[in-house]
Amino acid sequence: MSDQTPVLECRNLCISYYTRAGEIPAVVDFNLKLMPGEAHGIVGESGCGKSTVALAIMQYMGKNGAIVGGEILFEGRDMRTMSAEELRHIRGSKIAMVYQEPMASLNPSMLIGEQLAEVPIYHDGISQDEAMARAAEMLAKVRLPDPERILKAYPHQISGGQQQRVVIAMALLSNPRLLLLDEPTTALDVTVEAGIVDLINEISEELGTSMIYISHNLGLILETCDRLTVMYSGEAVEVGDIHDVFDEMRHPYTRGLFGSIPLPGADKNAQPLVAIPGQLPLPHERPKGCNFGPRCSFFRTGTCDAGRLKMRPVPGDDDHKVRCERFEDIDWDRDLPKGEAREPVPAGDVVLSVEEMTKHYTIDDGGLAFMSGPPRTVKANEKLTFTAREAETVAIVGESGCGKSTFAKVLMGLEDATDGKVMLGNVELGDLPVDKRDSETISKLQMVFQNPFDTLNPSHTIGSQIGRVIRKFGVARTDEEVEEIIYRLLDTVKLPRDFAKRKPRQLSGGQKQRVGIARAFAGNPSVVIADEPVSALDVSVQAAVTELLMDIQRENRTTMLFISHDLSVVRYLADRIVVMYLGQIMEQGTTEEIFAPPYHPYTEALLAAVPIADTRVEKRHIVLKGEIPSPANPPKGCPFSTRCAYMIAGVCDTDAPPLRTFESGHKILCHLEMAELEKMEPVIKAKAAQAAE
Amino acid sequence: MAVTEIDAGPSVLDRLSRPKPLIALALLMWVPLTAYVMFGGRMDGYADTVLLPAVPATVLLYVLGVRAFRESWVAVIGLSLVFFWLLAAVSAPYLPLLDPNKPIAPFVTPFSEKRDVFFWLGTDFKGRDMLSRVIWGCQRVIVWGVSATMVAYVVGALFGLISGYLSGWWDEVISFFANVLLSFPVMVLFIVILNYLGPSGFNIVVAVTFASAPAIMRIVRGLALDIKTRDYVFAAQTRGEHPLYIMIFELLPNVRGPIIVDACLRLGYTTVAITTLTFLGLGLQPPDPDWGLMIRESAKTAMLWKFSYMLLVPALAVSSLILGFNLMADGLREMSLRD
Amino acid sequence: MLKLILRRLVQMVLIMAVASLLLFAIFDTPEFKKRLAVQELGGFAVSALSEDSYQAWLSERGLDAPFYIRYANWIGSILQGDLGFSYEKNREVGPLLLDRLANTGILAFFVFALMIPLSLVLGVLAGMKEGSVQDRTISFISVFTTSIPEIATAILLTVVLSLGLGWLPAKSAMIRGFEFQQLILPVLTLVIYDFGYVARMTRASMAEVMTSQYIRTAILKGIPYRRVVMRHALRNALIAPFTLIVLQLNWLLSGVVVVEVFFEYDGFGKLLLEAALFPDVEVVQACTLVAVAVAVVSQIISDIGYTFLNPRIRFA
Repeated sequence: MSDQTPVLECRNLCISYYTRAGEIPAVVDFNLKLMPGEAHGIVGESGCGKSTVALAIMQYMGKNGAIVGGEILFEGRDMRTMSAEELRHIRGSKIAMVYQEPMASLNPSMLIGEQLAEVPIYHDGISQDEAMARAAEMLAKVRLPDPERILKAYPHQISGGQQQRVVIAMALLSNPRLLLLDEPTTALDVTVEAGIVDLINEISEELGTSMIYISHNLGLILETCDRLTVMYSGEAVEVGDIHDVFDEMRHPYTRGLFGSIPLPGADKNAQPLVAIPGQLPLPHERPKGCNFGPRCSFFRTGTCDAGRLKMRPVPGDDDHKVRCERFEDIDWDRDLPKGEAREPVPAGDVVLSVEEMTKHYTIDDGGLAFMSGPPRTVKANEKLTFTAREAETVAIVGESGCGKSTFAKVLMGLEDATDGKVMLGNVELGDLPVDKRDSETISKLQMVFQNPFDTLNPSHTIGSQIGRVIRKFGVARTDEEVEEIIYRLLDTVKLPRDFAKRKPRQLSGGQKQRVGIARAFAGNPSVVIADEPVSALDVSVQAAVTELLMDIQRENRTTMLFISHDLSVVRYLADRIVVMYLGQIMEQGTTEEIFAPPYHPYTEALLAAVPIADTRVEKRHIVLKGEIPSPANPPKGCPFSTRCAYMIAGVCDTDAPPLRTFESGHKILCHLEMAELEKMEPVIKAKAAQAAE
Repeated sequence: MAVTEIDAGPSVLDRLSRPKPLIALALLMWVPLTAYVMFGGRMDGYADTVLLPAVPATVLLYVLGVRAFRESWVAVIGLSLVFFWLLAAVSAPYLPLLDPNKPIAPFVTPFSEKRDVFFWLGTDFKGRDMLSRVIWGCQRVIVWGVSATMVAYVVGALFGLISGYLSGWWDEVISFFANVLLSFPVMVLFIVILNYLGPSGFNIVVAVTFASAPAIMRIVRGLALDIKTRDYVFAAQTRGEHPLYIMIFELLPNVRGPIIVDACLRLGYTTVAITTLTFLGLGLQPPDPDWGLMIRESAKTAMLWKFSYMLLVPALAVSSLILGFNLMADGLREMSLRD
Repeated sequence: MLKLILRRLVQMVLIMAVASLLLFAIFDTPEFKKRLAVQELGGFAVSALSEDSYQAWLSERGLDAPFYIRYANWIGSILQGDLGFSYEKNREVGPLLLDRLANTGILAFFVFALMIPLSLVLGVLAGMKEGSVQDRTISFISVFTTSIPEIATAILLTVVLSLGLGWLPAKSAMIRGFEFQQLILPVLTLVIYDFGYVARMTRASMAEVMTSQYIRTAILKGIPYRRVVMRHALRNALIAPFTLIVLQLNWLLSGVVVVEVFFEYDGFGKLLLEAALFPDVEVVQACTLVAVAVAVVSQIISDIGYTFLNPRIRFA
């Protein structure tokens, strides 16, 4: 093994950006050795420098970036000494890259065939026809249906998942030695992501390509990589074999990371998540010594802030290194830090009940009245029926196009329901637009939004934005009272009081989400809709915001509708789950019911698709074919019939499926008989052999 | 990438709009100047004292402006050009200048003496001092140009907000009329409107509003369409805020940024328009000095190399003012991109 | 695609209808009627005219009919090609306008022939390497030239090239028939003022494309830089400037007034201004209608061109 030349080696790599504020080190002292056929993961939160490393390997630093130290050896040669022409020959042929946003990475005004054919034409000097044939072959290899059609299409004419397959095909066309994958599935839906991950694994096995897989998602890394580097604030903090790092981590940050993601077994009452305190330091405000120091519970003055830390080998493990001065002093065999167990909150009466709520949109195609055909109908929500009780958390799970945001709009009164009822207490909300609702009804129903950059008005101070809600809902009138409540709310969401005078741009993403939560709870709501409130946040911040949200909910006995695509989070915090697909509820039941057989075939696939960052569990391998159909043109019969593995031809694709209700109240919308559904195997199982270790 | 996450302190916009003294100073400069130019004729003896507070205000404003723009030398140069003329406008009565309307000796070339008077920039065909005329001449262009642009902005932003936020029929109707107005070439629209209303400063304001407001409306509409999809607007809607509240408190403050750059450019266009219209005989009327008028009056008589200064002086003056506005716009854009 | 064109055409007709209505209404005041009477009958006749005989004249000319009937008549005769009569030039408006439009057309042709290649090349060169010396130089030149209004450019060029150096005639009245030399100064003036704007827009568009992710993909694919620029960047970068150039016709019609008046070039713009100052109402109306028509048609061409150039819309 050791006499083999590594495909890629980074030695003491340092990369900086030059800005108005001066030199900002983006990556410091980065080392990496990648052997042929190996897959190496780089994991870290935003701003940790992981993408910068990938671009540095490509020698593409942009105008203001530069490699200021160290070397990058590709097959033993230092890439920094190569001429532009030599680099060009390596890029795309020996080293290829797959990017985060497939749509943006493809040229919008060139045919896909042309973009693919370029690679072999310029690297292997073959003719246009040969290149096209090779492109078609490669498209078939990445399992795209009808390669000839795709060659003659523009990027916007195919779906996101297909675009990413095209980008992968483009990267593989010259059979590269090294493939860089920079968050290749982040922009995609979970079930589509599973297909891409499957493809990547297959490629690495079949072609023996070395890979560097960059992601923020530990579960994905576990599914794809052999070795792993954990990065924090511009530095690698832990490197090692994937099993060493996952099971015997030796850096407090890695450990914190695992403590703050919901793994199977985590439970909001018995075993709450433990957030890493504090937030990521800005690149120009990094502390002296250990970057993680200020957030670390093992921090010791004099040791951890003495000076620059070096990577130190962990005795006993092969090539396992950590950047921690105190890892030998820490008792790693103790379990992961556990949050305090809490009493489950008993659910109360039904607060919100949705009965056969239906929302259809008619879209006109922009033509003039006399030219357009019959208006088309988009069935955004079809006969939704479910209830939510006081103090209960109901999760609505689904991928894009499932109709969850439409549902939120109807609930909040920005759209009228086409049919059916939405009862909040005894007020019918379905056809009561927001301007006809009294302020008591409005204040009872509030929302927490997904995107922290959008949730607050950048022009007003935090205090004035919360204050407006307080006044609007008549919670308080006088300035002193309002101010008092603002301060109390800031205390509740654990933000300093002087934030009231700040503008949103001075806050981090997590802090903005906290303000968003404070704003939602300012009017003492009885139902809060949380629309993916943490999905845009960094992993280490997510846990803190999630916990906060649940604490406030628990205290106020608020009903929460938690909209999410992430089943791990949902499993952790929901009492009951509603699974939606293309505007319909496919399955609903308690959390235990959803995560155990019987499953709806879609739920089954969804469970198998979500990557789990835990070496102790194994999942059944189910990869859905195809993509999510457009809600404007849904399949006939069962909406899931086009992708379902259990599809009964002549039934599922023609007739609407019946609703099967089990004794416990667990409901599944499927043509399969109840007995068949009950025969299903569990998707997630503990690995028997390793659990004993 | 990592760099984009760095918060580099308050934005240009914050620096420009936060300090209340800035607004106070701007008013202290602007109100007397406007009053002087628009109603100076009716102020009898005390007209000249009106501008006194405006002089220090202008100087102070310039100093503060340079401090806010210090990161972009382009913006500083632009600011300096604009403030050179602003200072000229407010201090014209107090400068040791000859009477701009009094004929002394015709056709005196620059840097020469006649009848014991030294003429820096010479005299025009009627014998009036060019230096004095070019300095006094900036008053009307600046006052009418800025006023017209401001009115156009109020009208354009109002319709743009309504059209962008309310959409539906409001949008259809407003956009259609904007399209009708936009399909008139600007100069043609000016000529038709001023021909109908007659030439005067106030009518220029009306004409500029008709010509510029549709374009401003479109920009604001586009911004409003974008901003109204933000969650904070959604939040305001779902707590039952009135559309008027949302337009004024949620949308308007956030369209300000992109609009400031456009406003600088548009000040330049308006200055061009006023000068051109006056040159064509449709704008400001004699005898008071104005750059467009100076060009118009000299265009027939000064067509000789020797007397070309009569054309060159006002032409360079107006170009420098417009260059100032454009450089300011460029610098501001550059700075806002960096933020 | 066809739907879009049809939709655009309907819009155009509507806009023309409303524009003509506005135009008719503006000049439909008693004063303008009186002026028409002055022009038709001569000044003395009107002052000598009694109220009754003025009314008789009005009814004889059909000017006392209700507004909508007169508007319909007016539009009707315009559609039949009768644009009215110019009292100042003592000529039918139709042929007069055609002559002048032809002159302006010659001017516009040379302006576009020079401006388009110049601005596109400079814009692309500047945008290709954002922040480089060539970018800064080109950007500086274009800010400078766009900051000097046409009138000032015209003065500077005349003073230097004509009054100072004596190379070119200062006026372009073409009294002794068409002389190419007389065209140079007006064309230069318009080109210098206009190219900077298009160049800046091209630069912005090019710079945006060059920093886009698909250009990064193309570079990291290892294809030669020349091909990245020519094949990947240009196609996307020139979409926006194309629409702009077509719309530039609208701007040109504004600039043409000043330039033609200053250089005494007998074109459309000078005709419009003279008619406005005289005032020759029917000429003003005809000129304005033509200008609006040109603007609206160029708008449609630009829209359709945009759809055609942009596959994202073409194959939506």
